Amino acid sequence: MKAYIRDIVNGTWSLLVGMTITIRYFFGPVVTLQYPHQTVPMKPRFRGHIDLVLDERKGTNKCIVCNACMKTCPSGCITLEGEKREGVKQKVLTYYQLDFTKCSLCGLCVEVCPTAALDFSKDYNLVGSQESEFVFDLLKRLEERKQ
Amino acid sequence: MTIDPELLRLLLYLVGFIAFIATNAAYLVWLERKEAGHIQCRIGPKEVGPFGLLQPVADGLKLMTKQLIIPKGADSFLFRLGPVLVMTPAVMCFVTIPYSDTIVARNLDVGLLAIFAFASVNVLGLLLGAWGSRNKYAVISAARVVSQNVAYEIPMLIVIVTMVMVTGTMNLHEVVTTQLGGFWHWNVFRFTASPLMPVAFLIYFVCMLAETNRAPFDMAEAESELIAGAFTEYPGMGFGVFFMGEYANIVVGTSMATILFLGGWDCPFGLWPGLHWFLIKMYALIFTVIWIRWTFPRTTFYSLLNLSWKVLIPVAFANLILTSALLKVL
Ligand code: SF4
Ligand code: SF4
Repeated sequence: MKAYIRDIVNGTWSLLVGMTITIRYFFGPVVTLQYPHQTVPMKPRFRGHIDLVLDERKGTNKCIVCNACMKTCPSGCITLEGEKREGVKQKVLTYYQLDFTKCSLCGLCVEVCPTAALDFSKDYNLVGSQESEFVFDLLKRLEERKQ
Repeated sequence: MTIDPELLRLLLYLVGFIAFIATNAAYLVWLERKEAGHIQCRIGPKEVGPFGLLQPVADGLKLMTKQLIIPKGADSFLFRLGPVLVMTPAVMCFVTIPYSDTIVARNLDVGLLAIFAFASVNVLGLLLGAWGSRNKYAVISAARVVSQNVAYEIPMLIVIVTMVMVTGTMNLHEVVTTQLGGFWHWNVFRFTASPLMPVAFLIYFVCMLAETNRAPFDMAEAESELIAGAFTEYPGMGFGVFFMGEYANIVVGTSMATILFLGGWDCPFGLWPGLHWFLIKMYALIFTVIWIRWTFPRTTFYSLLNLSWKVLIPVAFANLILTSALLKVL
């Protein structure tokens, strides 16, 4: 009988304690980030898909078409083409395709690039309904970014 | 042609009640979501209209545009009857509730009895709806709802009997008038009748939560994460009507708590009694109901029945005996 009453009293008390905790949270500040309207500034180490780096000085990419990135990529997602042009010492990049559906974000291509022409982008808003939407033409993206 | 003023009055009340129940249910859903949000450090609905205030309208439109599907092999008559049988008694309950000294549809002498008579039909509606939908899970859920409701109706009625003894009337208007004149006259604090009065209030409140299938006693439905229990098969507005019925029952339950224990439309300090006090008390109780929902996890079915049969009923009985003894002596 004593244990029965103690159970009831303790139970009721613990329920009340629980309720004081939730009401404190009710009046407490809201911590949600209202995502589409607000975003957190992206951290510098964030690894999105790779992107060509814009060379401020030359106003174009830094790639010398050495093919190192294409060869080192374990998933084989990089395809690139270049051509020799009159009056330019190195080859000029004409096409750079990244198949992001296969990329494992390992970063090997970024590491291996002798001219630091590659970097991770900060783009995380990637959505699409078709696989082909994730095959990027990075050269075109660079041109778009320049404007 | 002249219209019978009595008929007009009834019609006006009916329209008023239904409008009140519908908007109330819609905005209680809004309140529920807001409160849940804030308790979890979120905001809750905010996109549609200021503070998400138009969200219920959007939800309602969505529910109404959904197709009404009746499952193959279901008893279509019972299937349609289910929501009606949940909604109608809830509306009927509003008839005798006095919101203030003057606002009452019908001041019945057996108001209390009428409300509990109507309130118990609600279970029948759920059971028929589940039976009619030809779904085993719905029937099992409905069986749980029924056993839960039966289990909790008993302590609730014992408390009601106690209250009838204390106030000496079943007329809800008179129940309130015996408590007028400040909060120390309210039945929760009427220690001369029984020192266990606040406990009786607590028992009533717990039973009301269980009767309306609210969390933490909502394992028969678990509509927020699992399935909708007895109304699994109901699409669109059929489901919506069940929900409206549920929220209407919460309003009835909290109104009864206000009338029986908290002095109805009486002001706590004996000043300006009126409708506003009734609404303040009622919505404070509804707030608490929602607050409880977002505080406690769902209980198991056994502990739910144990709580009723092993704790609430004995305590309610003890209170009944104590009250009657004290009333005899004092
Ligand atoms: S990050 Fe790795 S997988 Fe992705 S493109 Fe570069 S080398 Fe290939
Ligand atoms: S490793 Fe760098 S420089 Fe070489 S092809 Fe790739 S991006 Fe161009």
